[in-house]
Amino acid sequence: MATLSPGFADPVLAAQATFRGVMDAVARPCTVVPLIDTPAAPPPLCAAAAAIALTLFDHDAPVWLDPPLAQVSDVAAWIRFHTGAPIVTEPAVAAFALVSDPAGLRPFRDFAAGTLENPDTSATLILQVTTLEDGPALDFIGPGVAGRATLRAAPLPNGFAEQIIANRALFPRGVDLLFATRGSVAALPRSATLVGEV
Amino acid sequence: MTVTYNFAYLDEQTKRMIRRAILKAIAIPGYQVPFASREMPMPYGWGTGGVQVTAAILGPTDVLKVIDQGSDDTTNAVSIRKFFGRTAGVRTTTRTAEATVIQTRHRIPETPLRENQVIVFQVPIPEPLRFLEPRETGTRRMHALQEYGLVHVKLYEDIARHGHIATTYAYPVKVDGRYVMDPSPIPKFDNPKMSDSPALQLFGAGREKRIYAIPPYTRVASLDFDDHPFERWRHHCRCALCGAEESFLDEVITDDHGSRMFVCSDSDFCESRRGEATTSPEAVSLASDTETHHG
Repeated sequence: MATLSPGFADPVLAAQATFRGVMDAVARPCTVVPLIDTPAAPPPLCAAAAAIALTLFDHDAPVWLDPPLAQVSDVAAWIRFHTGAPIVTEPAVAAFALVSDPAGLRPFRDFAAGTLENPDTSATLILQVTTLEDGPALDFIGPGVAGRATLRAAPLPNGFAEQIIANRALFPRGVDLLFATRGSVAALPRSATLVGEV
Repeated sequence: MTVTYNFAYLDEQTKRMIRRAILKAIAIPGYQVPFASREMPMPYGWGTGGVQVTAAILGPTDVLKVIDQGSDDTTNAVSIRKFFGRTAGVRTTTRTAEATVIQTRHRIPETPLRENQVIVFQVPIPEPLRFLEPRETGTRRMHALQEYGLVHVKLYEDIARHGHIATTYAYPVKVDGRYVMDPSPIPKFDNPKMSDSPALQLFGAGREKRIYAIPPYTRVASLDFDDHPFERWRHHCRCALCGAEESFLDEVITDDHGSRMFVCSDSDFCESRRGEATTSPEAVSLASDTETHHG
């Protein structure tokens, strides 16, 4: 049996630092926030997504893995061992989705969007991207944004602009997106509105 | 050997649960996210919701300020500051400008907040519709359908009875044009500070088990009518200690013959102004009274 790579060296303070990074990212959509302490995770799970997993996942938060992650048994084993989160194959019941291949991601509508009365019961999709700086520029307005903010993440899910517009139309329902790359995170909560050319 | 707690008192599983609630609260501005509020080593009504939110976000490099009705020196503020000093070892301050996390009961500091600050409100009754609709299923449905007519009726009844909107604190607001939200029992004087604030605003209600949020740079509108627009209110005089004309004032009874004075509710704001005033010659006589803090 392969040995598991360790989680955070200091679980309490690293989880706190990672959470503050993610909280800042969600509060200020599109802003690239550094994540200082990221663990070595079994590939193709990236270190930044792994840090977010260690920070937010536990037995109360079912996790869905995209096919490239689900194919590697070490990934599920690592998540189960370090977080205790149940791994689910049905996307609609997941609180979190870990996505290593955003371009191949199934439609947002397959994930929980919450209900009008309980919109917080929606999924958070954690997309592993290769860049938060060199991707196509998409401008957003909304809560947390002074004026306009530009997202430059890549790669993005197919038909991203249309999907994000449809997701915004569901408000207050809808999924929330986190973009993780080497050492940093950015977010697109459901409240963000895409503007400009599509 | 002293008893040691986990950093910031709460266990990690509780922090994760609260952290997930905070993220959803920020993503849905003004919506109250239910959370599994824990028993804290202080009674309900003493800020258990705010304390849990603060404990979930606080890190060792944070500088914490705690105020109660604007003051750093009242029992609630002192005990919560000590609590986190002891369980998290964080640096505490009374200066608004130095703080990275500010936990507050019923005020927003006079000093404008900045981007790298988080303000955590202690909330007794988070549901702005609760006194209009006692059932949780009812208020949830009303929020879902944006069925907010009753709140306007309540404000209208104020006008019919008193000639103006007589609600002076916990004055309802609408966040980003969607959710009607209780801003906690802050004076309505503070309501405009919530709108378009550079700082993240988090709200925790321990007994009622709700967390909600206003992200930075979010439109927060106090409910009103075209012919009865929202108005800020403060006592129409100057602070008796620092002379401020713009700050929110508390009435202080000074004897049993009805004598009274009005002083800034924000103790740090007032002390800072008096500290600055000592540099001007005419204020020297005042200085001897004020050299108590920041030693």
